[in-house]
Parts: sequence; structure tokens; C-alpha cells
Amino acid sequence: MSLGLLEEFGPERIRDTPLSESAFVGAGIGAALGGMRPIVEIMTVNFSLLALDQIVNNAATLLYMSGGQFNVPLVIRMTTGAGRQLAAQHSHSLEGWYAHIPGLRLLAPATLEDARGMLWPALCDPDPVLIFEHGALYNAEGELPDDAGEVDITSAAVRRTGGDVTIVAYGGTLRTALSAADQLEGRGVSAEVIDLRCLRPLDDATILSSVARTHRAVVVDEGWRSGSLSAEVSARITEGAFYDLDAPVARVCGAEVPMPYAKHLEDEATPQVADVVAAVEQMGA
Amino acid sequence: MNEAGRGAVHLLDEMVRIRRFEERCVELYSASAIRGFLHLAIGEEACAVGVMQALTADDAVVSTYREHGHALARGIGMRAVMAELEGKVEGASLGRGGSMHIFDAATRFYGGNAIVGGGLPLAVGLALADHLQGRARVTACFFGDGAVAEGEFHESMNLAALWHLPVLFCCENNLYAMGTALATAQSETDLSRKASSYRVPAWQVDGMDVLAVAAAARSATESVPSGGGPHFLELRTYRFRAHSMYDPDRYRDKEEIEHWKERDPIPALAEALTAAGILAEGELEAMEAAAAAEVEDAVAFAEAGTLEPVADLERFVTSGAPIPAGAPDPESAPDPESAPDPESAPDPEGASR
Ligand SMILES: Cc1ncc(C[n+]2csc(CCOP(=O)(O)OP(=O)(O)O)c2C)c(N)n1
Ligand SMILES: [Mg+2]
Repeated sequence: MSLGLLEEFGPERIRDTPLSESAFVGAGIGAALGGMRPIVEIMTVNFSLLALDQIVNNAATLLYMSGGQFNVPLVIRMTTGAGRQLAAQHSHSLEGWYAHIPGLRLLAPATLEDARGMLWPALCDPDPVLIFEHGALYNAEGELPDDAGEVDITSAAVRRTGGDVTIVAYGGTLRTALSAADQLEGRGVSAEVIDLRCLRPLDDATILSSVARTHRAVVVDEGWRSGSLSAEVSARITEGAFYDLDAPVARVCGAEVPMPYAKHLEDEATPQVADVVAAVEQMGA
Repeated sequence: MNEAGRGAVHLLDEMVRIRRFEERCVELYSASAIRGFLHLAIGEEACAVGVMQALTADDAVVSTYREHGHALARGIGMRAVMAELEGKVEGASLGRGGSMHIFDAATRFYGGNAIVGGGLPLAVGLALADHLQGRARVTACFFGDGAVAEGEFHESMNLAALWHLPVLFCCENNLYAMGTALATAQSETDLSRKASSYRVPAWQVDGMDVLAVAAAARSATESVPSGGGPHFLELRTYRFRAHSMYDPDRYRDKEEIEHWKERDPIPALAEALTAAGILAEGELEAMEAAAAAEVEDAVAFAEAGTLEPVADLERFVTSGAPIPAGAPDPESAPDPESAPDPESAPDPEGASR
């Protein structure tokens, strides 16, 4: 994760920490209060639960609680998601929990450009930003254009245009959604694919304007269905575009089980291309 | 009067101010002018006053929900504190925090934190920022004996020691965490030994003796300019009143409370200063009168205060408009020198997130 950084920036700025999630995240918050722009790397979202107090009770509240006196310009990075046979304590997609918290910005890069380009604007944000990086994307390879730089961190992106259905995805499920759109094209269905990118605040406008054109929406989310980000997106579509819809909003989510280790079960528990295609076909698109 | 004598009189004055302030809070609570949780530190004033007098204006303070004394001793105006308790927009935190969440950028007072142990990691981080920016400052972090049972205490103690950061850990050991007596909560009741086990220099201090607290805090902060690391003060103290206004206080016997009241830090110091001829006749009375007047002024200020407009409910959830792609150069690393001044308030027109 920090390959080469220690050599370049030295041990004062690149700090190896003890296994003290609460203390090192809290220290990041304190350092941010003290005028630094720290990046805290928590390995995975599963371990971030040990720092939940600091993130939710301090990072997200201090600006408000202090009446605007103390902002927390902190970036926290963590891995999320399944797909690597790591079982039930290393695979869950808990970003939906954080998306519940006012005061936080949540980013989920799904492309090379975003993985690199989101970091700088996140560092410039005066408030806490959490970046969720899907573990299955770490081995993705590609070429960044020479002029690759920072990217916008406020809006969703239309990754593929289409007229018959809108597939909303983010992070690890973007690839799934794009593959499904490819297959659907072969069946004469033109799917538009939206990459949420910013999970909080959600970019409602991009989603709603797409649904207004396609009249159908499928939300793909590796997180569990109950009380999830997919539920939030679905609710917003229903609130904001109900009369544009030709079919109820569909969701393709992770199965509501602790993630199993065995590959065939893990696949079954996570959204697959075929699941997305089937969901679209069931809508009569 | 010599300088030490004048200093001691000042400490007495500060303790009297805090005591009278908090006694008035009880009345205001009964009158429903103050609501929510109200945690008083009556009996514990020597801890706040003794530690604060060892700090400079550049130092930082992180505190708990029992922080009126810390706030006042740190120099936050009594008006702003009282207005905060009354939920007025003139309060230190615009009335958004109340008794448990007093914040003040001007005095680097980073809050009343109401999560037991939650402030300790912040103090470590503030000290880290000072270390990285080459500023010789200390961050004083107050917490109770109850916090010592939290993981955040141990994690923070270790991190501060490991990274040699200038945090002054001030444990106000008042022997109880709500109704839980220390011996019920700790396998090792000598709390200073826990700090020592992290190689943090630790002192046990009589928290009812403000001069002892001040002296300990001064020696603990002496090494800061030369890059000294963390220190730990176990301030042995006692709260004379219940944990909060909700607490029926059934877990302590009257004799124990009476025994500790005999060690009340205020009369103890007043008598010692009088006996030493430092406190002149009538001086204590004048001090009391001034404190009473200041408290009444603060109450009048709070009562005349206004409520934050409901239209501002979502203000400061975030600092302002999100950063659009553009301006800064992605190749240049953020420079701590050019980092925004933590003391400057963010854009007040902040949109909620
Ligand atoms: C993490 C957490 N657990 C429980 C509480 C409820 N609570 C508030 S104060 C308190 C007692 C803390 O005792 P101590 O640290 O000794 O401080 P004191 O109140 O004695 O000053 C408890 C349990 C809390 N605020 N935070
Ligand atoms: Mg206690």
C-alpha cells in the first residue's frame, strides 16, 4: 500500500503504527486539528470497526459540535469487499454504514484514474474523507494518460450510455455492471451504467436524470440488502423519479450471510454478471 | 508579597471562581435554565487550576464532559461558558454542545469529549502535529479514572510513548466512574503504574492541593522545549457531588464524602495563605465578592442571550462547498507550513453534507 513512500518521504511522514486502530485514527484526527493533512490507512473496513468511535463520534462531529471552530481535514483509506476468499472477517462491504453519517465524505474509486485522482482533492477537502478501495481491484492494470490528474469527487459518472435501463454500481461492482451491459447489448438491450463514485453525499441528479430517460433502474451493491446503500439509492429513485419508472426498481445485492470462504459459495453470495442480466430481463427491458 | 505568594493567591481566586460558577449551575439546573447532563467538578478544582497554570497560550487542552473548571481555568470567558450551558448562540460552541462540549479555538481548547477515553487519541494527534511542525508545545489531556479501563487509554499511552510526543496525560482519579468504584473496575488500582509500564514518567499527586498539582504539572512540562515526550499525572481527587444531576449517589457513604470535604482544596489553601500572611484580611471576602459578581454577570449574559436561528440547523455539518477539481497542483505534496491555520474558522456558509 505504501510501497516506496517510506524511501521517498522518510519515517517522520510515513509512520508505521502499532495495531491500535482507535488511537491511530484518533491521532490522525488530532493531527488534522493541529494543522496537518494526514492520510490514515486502516487496512480493511472490517478493522475500521475498532476505530468507529473516533470516526463517528469525533471526525464527523467536531466541526458541528464546536460551532464551526474545528474542522478535521483527514483522509482515511481502507479496503472493502469480497472476491478473494478471505471469509467472514475480511470481506464485508460496510461502507453503507459510514454512508449513514453526516459530516463524512465517502469515495469509492472503481477506475485507475479515480484511484489516483481522488486522493488529491480528498486531501484538499477541509472535512473528513473516507476512501473505500475494493480489494478485488488492487490487481487491476492499465495505463494512465500522461495528463492524468485530480478528478472531481462530488459527482457520479455515466460510464456507459444507454437508453433502456440504468444500472447503478460503484467500486467493485462497476466491472460487473459493465460486463452485464455488454451481454445485454447482445440481447438488444441498451443499458446505461452509472458509477456512484461518491457514496456520500450521493449525486442524486445524475441518477435521476438517467432514470428519467431509461425508465428502469437496477442497483448493484455488494453490501447486504437490508438497510444498505442500494436501499438508499432505490428510495431516492422512488422519491425523485417514481412517475418516470416503467418497472419497480430492482436490486442485486450481496446475500445476507457472513461471507463464506469456499469459492463457489463466495461467488453465490456476491453480485455476478448473470444476476444483473437476469434482473434487467425480469424488468422487461 | 513575593511572586510565589501572588501566584498562589491567583490559584485560589481561580478555584473560587469555578466553585461559585458550578454552584450557580446547580440552581440554574433546578430552574430548568440548564438541561441535559450536567457534570460538576466541585471538589476537584485544584486539578484544573493547577494544571492550567503550567500551560502557555500556545499549548492545547483536550478535556471531558466534566470540563467547566478546565474551560474557565484555561481562560475561556465565563460568559461564553454559561451561555453554552444555557444553549445560547453566544455560547462557546453556539449552544450546540452544552455542558459536555465546550470548544474554543482562541485558547486551543479542543473540547469536552463525552466518550470516555475518546479524547486521548486526539491529544496524541495534536502533539504529533506539534512535533512534525517543530513547535515546542504541550497538549494537556484530562480524563477520569474510568477512562483508564478503556482500550483508548492504553493505545494512546503506548503511541505517545513510542513516538515520544509531548502529551501531558492528566488522570483525575476521583475513585469512581459513575457508581463503579475504582477497586471494582481495576485489577491494579495504582494507575500511575499503568503509565509507567508504557515507560511514561508518572507521578501520583495530591489532587486536593493546588500547589502540588501546579508544581507537578510544571515539572512535567519542563522538558517540552527540549523535545520531551509524554508525562502522566495521577491527580488523586474526589467529587463532592453526584456524578451528574441524574445520579442519586447511592454508592458512597456519607462519612467518605465528609472525610474528603475536610480536604476541600479551597479552604485548605485560603487557610494556609492566611497563616503565612500572604492573604490579607478581607482579601478572601473581596475575592468571593468578585467571583459572585462575575457569575451573576455571566448568568445575565446567558439569560439575555439568543437562540441560534433554526435556519442554521445544518450549518457546519461540513465546512462548505465541496472542492471541485481544479486549482491545486497534484504533484506538490501538501506543505505543513502552508496548511490552513487550524485556528481559522471554515467557511460559515457551509452546505450540509
Ligand atoms: C465509552 C463510554 N462508555 C460509557 C459512558 C457513560 N459514562 C459517562 S461518564 C462515565 C464515568 C466515567 O468515569 P471517569 O472516567 O472516572 O470520570 P468521572 O466521571 O469520574 O470524572 C460513564 C461510564 C460514556 N460516556 N462513554
Ligand atoms: Mg472518576
